[in-house]
Amino acid sequence: MLLEVAELAVDLPAPGGSQRVVDRTSFSLAEGESLGVVGESGSGKTMTALALMALTPDGARVSGSIRFEERELVGLGEEAMRQLRGDRIAMIFQEPMTALNPLHSVGAQVAEPLMLHRGLAKGDARRRAIELLERVRLAEPERAARSYPFALSGGERQRAMIAMAIGCSPRLVIADEPTTALDVTVQARILALIDGLRAESGMAILLVSHDLAVIAGHCDRVMVMYAGVIMESGPVDAVLRRPRNPYTLALLEARPRPGAPRGARLATIPGAPPAAPDHRAGCPFAGRCALTLDQCWTTPPPQVAFGANHMSRCHRAGDVGFVR
Amino acid sequence: MSHALRFRPRGGASLWLGAALVGALIAAAAVSLVWTPYPPAAIDVPHRLAPPSAAHWFGTDNLGRDVASEILAGSRISILVGVVAVSIGLAFGVALGLLAAFAKGLTEDGIMKLSDFVFAFPALLTAIMLTSTLGPGVVNAIIAIGVYNVPVIAKLTRATANGVLSREYALAARAAGRGPVAIAFDHVLPNIAPALIVQATIQFAIAILAEAALSYLGLGAQPPQTSWGKMLADAQNVLYNAPRLALYPGVAIALSVLGLNLLGDGLRDALDPKLKART
Repeated sequence: MLLEVAELAVDLPAPGGSQRVVDRTSFSLAEGESLGVVGESGSGKTMTALALMALTPDGARVSGSIRFEERELVGLGEEAMRQLRGDRIAMIFQEPMTALNPLHSVGAQVAEPLMLHRGLAKGDARRRAIELLERVRLAEPERAARSYPFALSGGERQRAMIAMAIGCSPRLVIADEPTTALDVTVQARILALIDGLRAESGMAILLVSHDLAVIAGHCDRVMVMYAGVIMESGPVDAVLRRPRNPYTLALLEARPRPGAPRGARLATIPGAPPAAPDHRAGCPFAGRCALTLDQCWTTPPPQVAFGANHMSRCHRAGDVGFVR
Repeated sequence: MSHALRFRPRGGASLWLGAALVGALIAAAAVSLVWTPYPPAAIDVPHRLAPPSAAHWFGTDNLGRDVASEILAGSRISILVGVVAVSIGLAFGVALGLLAAFAKGLTEDGIMKLSDFVFAFPALLTAIMLTSTLGPGVVNAIIAIGVYNVPVIAKLTRATANGVLSREYALAARAAGRGPVAIAFDHVLPNIAPALIVQATIQFAIAILAEAALSYLGLGAQPPQTSWGKMLADAQNVLYNAPRLALYPGVAIALSVLGLNLLGDGLRDALDPKLKART
């Protein structure tokens, strides 16, 4: 296994103590595999991604185990972590508008990790940067390398960000909502580009998104997060066609669907996610769930297995119906 | 092309007027290095308190010194004090501010509390305390004013650096494996430079005022050095006979400070595209 995460927890400092924003999160990722992480804002998906790179905000406490290439990353020093970042593990950010420094040319920014991790001289790094920009199919890579971020469109900037991320041939790329800030046609092309790069280089992708359609189309497996815990995980087909968790089902039913009658209201999930979930007392989704039992309020739900890889964390996992 | 477009529209008038006044100040100092109408410290008692004339453009003071020469020579001290005091402020202030922004925790708290402590004393009081301990003189005045500049720059550096560090490209740089020193020089400093340049200009003006005040009190420039503040002090003795003697250094100080403030405002408008977009 390339990446094995076990019982990961992240505590952020909060007024009057700390708040657990990621809890009991375990998953693994093989070479060349693509794992989607889906959930609403505040579900802990970005914090999980940041924890993998030890980039959690100041004061955050990370516990559990993150094994990457047979190496334990939790508790690894900052210096050793810095050598991994951008080299073995890279990250693509959500906002290509703000993730590039406005004061440096695109070429210089793409060349930066190459000089840092590969010890390339400036000229060589520049030439390699242009090759990378070509590889992410930026039109006129030489002109793009000379331009400053403001001169590029959102899609072009995101391609530049991807070029920056893949420069050192990382084994794991974490893409945190890589297409959320882009319009739909550009989104499709960027995702196709990431798929192509994965097929070429065999890198693994952790794709964080709130968009089920993106996950369905571009991932092998998916994990659904809610209030900091994994509610359901498994192969994309199994989870999305036959969800075993009421939260996944509710998410799927809240999708806008083609062919719905005119004027039909979109299904929603009543209520709001808990502000500070207490993971020792019951299921965080209990207050919004259609299938709630008394024990949902008092006992943390068990992990129920459906086949080899499909898991649902629910007291009533067996009762969850088919998607209509 | 883009530079012309970027510089013209706003801040135009104050930028150019400020630059002209500051340019005149620098020119005066440069000229005085090689030429003044008379040696600025040459006493000529028979011609004391002479009114302005072709021989003495601004007249002479109560010891017969040529006022025009003194004004020219005085600009040197003002610039010297401004440049060195602001450099001290920038060197230590930027270093401390960056350290605070990157280190966080106790280090940040310590640096900021210390800054607050130094900042709580008025500039002039700091200067008087230091010069009275170390003795009067231009060098000690410069140190005193420089020390006052440090917390001002440190606070600004920390605040603006924290702003840059919260941007996604700072996180992206860390995700690319860059260390704090590289991020400080490549990402933070270039992005906060405009704010620092503007503040340095303002601190330059404050330094000129502070030097004039210290010299006026006898804690700055010592004879035979000439300073605008010392000229004001000398003029005070003959204020009723020759009020114009207070006018010349007063106007010189006012124009210099005005010029630097205008330049600072103009630079802020020219360097900060966000501010410009809003207006």
